[in-house]
Amino acid sequence: MYAFPSHTAASIPTSDETPTSDLPPLLVLRPLSDTWLSALNAKFTLYSPSSPLSASVHAALISGAYNRVDPALLDQYPSLRCLVNTGAGVNHINLEECKRRGVQVANVGETHSKNVADYAVGLLLDVMRRITMSDRYVRNGLWVTRGNYPLGSKLGGKRVGIVGLGSIGSAIAKRLEAFECKISYLSRKAKPTVSYRYIPNICDLAAESDILVVSCALTKETHHIVNKQVLQALGKEGIIINIGRGASIDEPELVRCLAQGEIKGAGLDVFEHEPNIPKELIELENVVLTPHQSVFTPEAMAEVIQICIANFEAFFTGKPVITPVVAD
Amino acid sequence: MDKIGVLVTHKPLPYLEQELTRRGCRLFRLWESPESRRLEFCRENSSEIRAIVGNSNFGADAATIDALPKLEIVASFSVGLDKVDLPKCKERGIRVTNTPDVLTDDVADLAIGLTISVMRRIPSADKYARSGAWKKGEYTLTTRFSGKRVGILGLGRIGLAIAKRAEAFDCPISYYSRSEKPHPNYTYYSTPVDLASNCDILVVACALTEETRHIVNRAVIDALGPKGVLINIGRGPHVDEPELVAALVEGRLGGAGLDVFENEPHVPEELFALDNVVLVPHVASATIETRTAMADLVLGNLEAHFLKKPLLTAVV
Repeated sequence: MYAFPSHTAASIPTSDETPTSDLPPLLVLRPLSDTWLSALNAKFTLYSPSSPLSASVHAALISGAYNRVDPALLDQYPSLRCLVNTGAGVNHINLEECKRRGVQVANVGETHSKNVADYAVGLLLDVMRRITMSDRYVRNGLWVTRGNYPLGSKLGGKRVGIVGLGSIGSAIAKRLEAFECKISYLSRKAKPTVSYRYIPNICDLAAESDILVVSCALTKETHHIVNKQVLQALGKEGIIINIGRGASIDEPELVRCLAQGEIKGAGLDVFEHEPNIPKELIELENVVLTPHQSVFTPEAMAEVIQICIANFEAFFTGKPVITPVVAD
Repeated sequence: MDKIGVLVTHKPLPYLEQELTRRGCRLFRLWESPESRRLEFCRENSSEIRAIVGNSNFGADAATIDALPKLEIVASFSVGLDKVDLPKCKERGIRVTNTPDVLTDDVADLAIGLTISVMRRIPSADKYARSGAWKKGEYTLTTRFSGKRVGILGLGRIGLAIAKRAEAFDCPISYYSRSEKPHPNYTYYSTPVDLASNCDILVVACALTEETRHIVNRAVIDALGPKGVLINIGRGPHVDEPELVAALVEGRLGGAGLDVFENEPHVPEELFALDNVVLVPHVASATIETRTAMADLVLGNLEAHFLKKPLLTAVV
């Protein structure tokens, strides 16, 4: 769970009155900024969890930062038939349970994919070319006193193994192809429409990659999918980038490998126990650490609002949601 | 290259130094002399020096060339030749080589890396994460890169490589060049100001010549504007640095990613406090792979010259 965001306001709307407007009722289970509120208020009547009417509302807006969609929550709001999630990941949602109860679940489609993919490439270039570290070097006056910064590594021609070739993984692959990286991937099933090499075993993928990018959803199967064996297979010259979920990697093992030079470097936007970052990582120079930032741009936030509204409108007019969560 | 005297102007890649020595060259290490003594150092050793290995900081200016009557070839450890007095070399019949192509990818990679770094504020976010501030609150929103309009000053090898990468991020590409090029997908603008007015990210990727000195001036910076980002992987003198610093400090320019500066290794300290700026120490070709390839080109050109064979990458 993240710290409370400062770029969204702390207000959950409270409306305990019987609805007088014709606008469809929407349950809001997460804090919203003024931008969100004015957009939603124009189309829906908003209810908070404290409203006595909350149990009769059919649609709800949720977020992984604030909600866990489990049987308990679904029991609390038994009339729910549509959930729209504002983030990219859905590991906080029991999709099986929702399906069983006839609850449609939508997330925001590919809106986040571009930002996350950009960030993954940015982190990778930063680690390979030492951008953050050499920027720090310059700002500390060391270019003048100590001379040139140590050499980085060329990205072109390197073998990249992508763990999870969904919307985000595909966007990353498309970008890295332009840098002449050689792309391989792991996914639950091979994808015949892509030209990248499919490697069904993650240790093999790591052994044949210079760079491993973790871009899979967090599920029971992918919890600690990057473990000691995988890191050993990646090896001393290997780099790992994680823009998925912290728990996809065995964090203590990763920290140990980085500290002892058993892998070369890492770019990490996510951690097992956010907002806590292991102290040992903070002391390393071969890592770039960012506070779960990959999705947060105003462009994406504006698009997210529009897509959420579109999904609710589809639901309220009896159509299926527009960007249903696709298990892939 | 037995006993050939080679003036090395800068501290070289260890591999290059080893290879020059192994092939029998006698090395004269110019960078070890204090600046005020350098011309004298050249004169003292002028009977032996037949080649210069220069770089982007110190190549072969008129005074140095004049001090070396036996100079036959300048092999620059760079693609840019703004520090070599080309007309003088031509006049004296001195050959000049550089290191094109082998560094194109790395330079283009860094241009994109700097762009994402600036727009998503990665160094600043890293600092935030390491400081423990994340426990108290979220970092701010940063600007998306994908889909933004990228304008490139100079559509040579490096400019084209940058365009190819930016296209993978769905960025519309536009450019300024001395003349329009046959790239129907890229929009041509006939002046740098027009280009700057019509893009979100302006990348300097042209050679430094008398015409392109300060090509990014106040007018271009104003046209790029408070949401615009400048990326310089060319040469420091491409940009009017005091104007750039003022614009950034005053918020008239949205951000900058800079690999080069007018007076390296000195970087204007007013930039150090800014979060919307990324400053790196002239590292666009600084990977072990590329520097080794550049060294091989320098060695190959020198050998070819002294064996009276055709040069690999001659400019003069």
